[in-house]
Amino acid sequence: MSGSRVSKFMTQNAIYIVLVVLVAAISIYSPNFLSMTSFRDILIQSSPRVIIALGSAMILITAGCDLSAGRVVGLTAVVSASLSQMPSYPHPFFEQAPNLPTFLPIIIAIAVGACVGLVSGLIVAYLRIVPFIATLGTMVMTYGVCSLYFDMEPNNSQPIGGLRPEFTVFGSGSLDLGFVTIPYIVIIAAVIAFVMWIVYNKTVLGKNMFAIGGNPQAAVVSGINVAATLIAIYVIAGALYGVGGILEAARTGGATNNYGNMYELDAIAAAVVGGVSVTGGIGTVPGIIAGVLIFTVINYGLTFVGMGPYWQLIIKGLIIVIAVAVDVRKYLARK
Amino acid sequence: MSEYILEMQHITKSFPGVKALNDVSLRLRPGSVHALMGENGAGKSTLMKCLFGIYKQDEGQIILDGEQVEISDSRTALGLGISMIHQELYPVLQQTVMENLWLGRFPLKSYGPLKLVDHKKMKADTAALFKEIDVDIDPEELAGNLSVSKLQSIEIAKAVSHHSRIIVMDEPTSSLTSDEVEHLFKIINSLKAKGVAIIYISHKMEEILRISDEVTIMRDGNYIGTWPSDELTTDLIIKRMVGREMTQLFPEKTNVPGEEVLRVENMTSIRDHSFKGVNFSLRKGEVLGIGGLVGAQRTEVIEALFGLRHLAEGKIFIHGKEVKIRSPRDAKKHHIALLTEERRATGIFPMLNIVDNNTMACMPKYRNKVGLLNDRLREIDTDEGVSSLRIKTPDTQTRIQSLSGGNQQKVLISRWLNTNPEILLLDEPTRGIDVGAKYEIYSIINRLATQGKSVIMISSEMSELLGMSDRIMVMSNGIMEGILDAKDATEEKIMELATAGLV
Repeated sequence: MSGSRVSKFMTQNAIYIVLVVLVAAISIYSPNFLSMTSFRDILIQSSPRVIIALGSAMILITAGCDLSAGRVVGLTAVVSASLSQMPSYPHPFFEQAPNLPTFLPIIIAIAVGACVGLVSGLIVAYLRIVPFIATLGTMVMTYGVCSLYFDMEPNNSQPIGGLRPEFTVFGSGSLDLGFVTIPYIVIIAAVIAFVMWIVYNKTVLGKNMFAIGGNPQAAVVSGINVAATLIAIYVIAGALYGVGGILEAARTGGATNNYGNMYELDAIAAAVVGGVSVTGGIGTVPGIIAGVLIFTVINYGLTFVGMGPYWQLIIKGLIIVIAVAVDVRKYLARK
Repeated sequence: MSEYILEMQHITKSFPGVKALNDVSLRLRPGSVHALMGENGAGKSTLMKCLFGIYKQDEGQIILDGEQVEISDSRTALGLGISMIHQELYPVLQQTVMENLWLGRFPLKSYGPLKLVDHKKMKADTAALFKEIDVDIDPEELAGNLSVSKLQSIEIAKAVSHHSRIIVMDEPTSSLTSDEVEHLFKIINSLKAKGVAIIYISHKMEEILRISDEVTIMRDGNYIGTWPSDELTTDLIIKRMVGREMTQLFPEKTNVPGEEVLRVENMTSIRDHSFKGVNFSLRKGEVLGIGGLVGAQRTEVIEALFGLRHLAEGKIFIHGKEVKIRSPRDAKKHHIALLTEERRATGIFPMLNIVDNNTMACMPKYRNKVGLLNDRLREIDTDEGVSSLRIKTPDTQTRIQSLSGGNQQKVLISRWLNTNPEILLLDEPTRGIDVGAKYEIYSIINRLATQGKSVIMISSEMSELLGMSDRIMVMSNGIMEGILDAKDATEEKIMELATAGLV
């Protein structure tokens, strides 16, 4: 390969190279890092974040931004947990535990997430409020709704616990294949990632999403229904945050109204590091997954080698700034 | 001291595929008004951009007060006493008149170590400046409350405050009422008396003959000549502006117009200063050209036909039946396609590949039974477009932004042909495209008309209108001034109609 081809390869695949280098560096420093346990832990920790980031990234690709993601995760975690308690649990959320079939709280939580998305989408599409502000509004309102619900009698803002094993199995159970066990949460994230890859690449909605982010005026001129497309995208993103909330509740076996706090910023950071353009129109599913993995590897790996959490924050921040600086360079060069 | 304050000598400037300026000269006397004239695309703005260092000329010199100068940016130009009043003004509407005037160079007052903006001095300076050029504006008024004419006066005051000795005015009267024009002329005369030289760009003949001392005419990037205004007449100017040989070749016309496809009656914009009472019809297989100067509202008319702009009044008939077109989606349902003037701003999706760009206007067509896109079919259609329109590209996965302007334009034409249109609205379809590709676009338009598609083509190039159209509708200032049969049309006739609506 000539010099320019090497540099082209490096810029095109920078994100994956960073991931490999990061893993290699940590492994050299601490060879025990390369183990099945680490691998498994990283995948489990990444799974809900991948699902949330795939929703958040859709909105970034339309040149928007969704600040409500984290609070929707919190609301849906609380809703699904409150409806999935064991009847025998001594501190029930409801006086009389509803004892619903397992699938129903899941459907309800996803629908709640989609509803918040619908509200954000309507505000963005019809009131023409910039997404940053529109979702700032829905973010605050969602937290309010979540806290009101969480504070109802007899719960009075006590952490929700005692979830039924049929529910928590999604977060902590594994599929046993004999030679290896695969956590359900990872399987769920993989399936959703595949479905979202199809949505991004093989549907009219996905093509319209890239078109709106790439050149909104040309999208209008091409006769694309911009409002309907935006609303659909916010609804799908909301539903994905709902799945994220359910998995967070299932993984930890409980929920409080502060679940998901700041996840929206983690999702945006992962998407941006994974090559989603903040100015819209660019982003890939594998890139977003790699972006999430980078942050989990930093988190897990640096803890593994004994680095304090405050230093980790500084490194995370640096990576965000450097990633976007590199991203901007790509477009500057093209002018 | 030299007789001239400014001499631009033998300026040549090329862009890839186009020679925008070819050995153009301009000599400006102090205390005079020098009109710069030419059709759209003649090279007037390119020449001015060289003067302001926005472009660097390939050849030629700029001589100021007998000394050669290098102007690298508009800041340098301002420092040398050269200012420009742009056609479009961009004031900070939320700030006061005086804040706009002194933006970036507010007078400061020291309070010990602190330096704060001295509003008192700013107000006094502004008032003095307005008195000097005889303008009556309250320095503390918000810029957003002022008329275009007053905003323009502020720009002129700004130029005076920079001690400019040369002021360029680009179509200064295009949005002024006749009273306001009189006031502008008064200001210009007082500037002349102070020895300021003015380069005055306008299409309005009467105005030019009244206010200017000398006229320089350009055509197709060439310098035609400079004459004292009193030796010129409107007819002479028009003849010199357009009087070229038809150097461009057009493919032979093979289309035969048939029955009426589209008719519009009394189309009037909801905006005040846009088009009014426009009537015309379009036949099957016909190419209807629309001519006029910049600002004639031609784009607005066809964008209204496509549902991008709204009508206060008027009816649109397709195949004799009245239709309502309120959005581009409505227009698509009636088999209308629009190729916009601003290819980059409103046409291409720069980061997407050719397949996506080519199929974006009819994506739902490619859904299979389960609702997913059939990429194979999209590629087949794109390959067909690439070969039939002869689009030059390494492959169809290439991002459209890496293609040349002409090839991007062909992809956009292909995008609309995929929607199977009956009526094609083309807004300046060959703008920014090199000569060879132009010919190919012309051939495509002819072929489409021959196949029975109806075409409306806006063009600011006379030769293109004459060479491509069956009929030519000419607009001026939002009014349809007439429809000429292409056989009897001449550049002079078009120019006469195009300037008819100007005050």
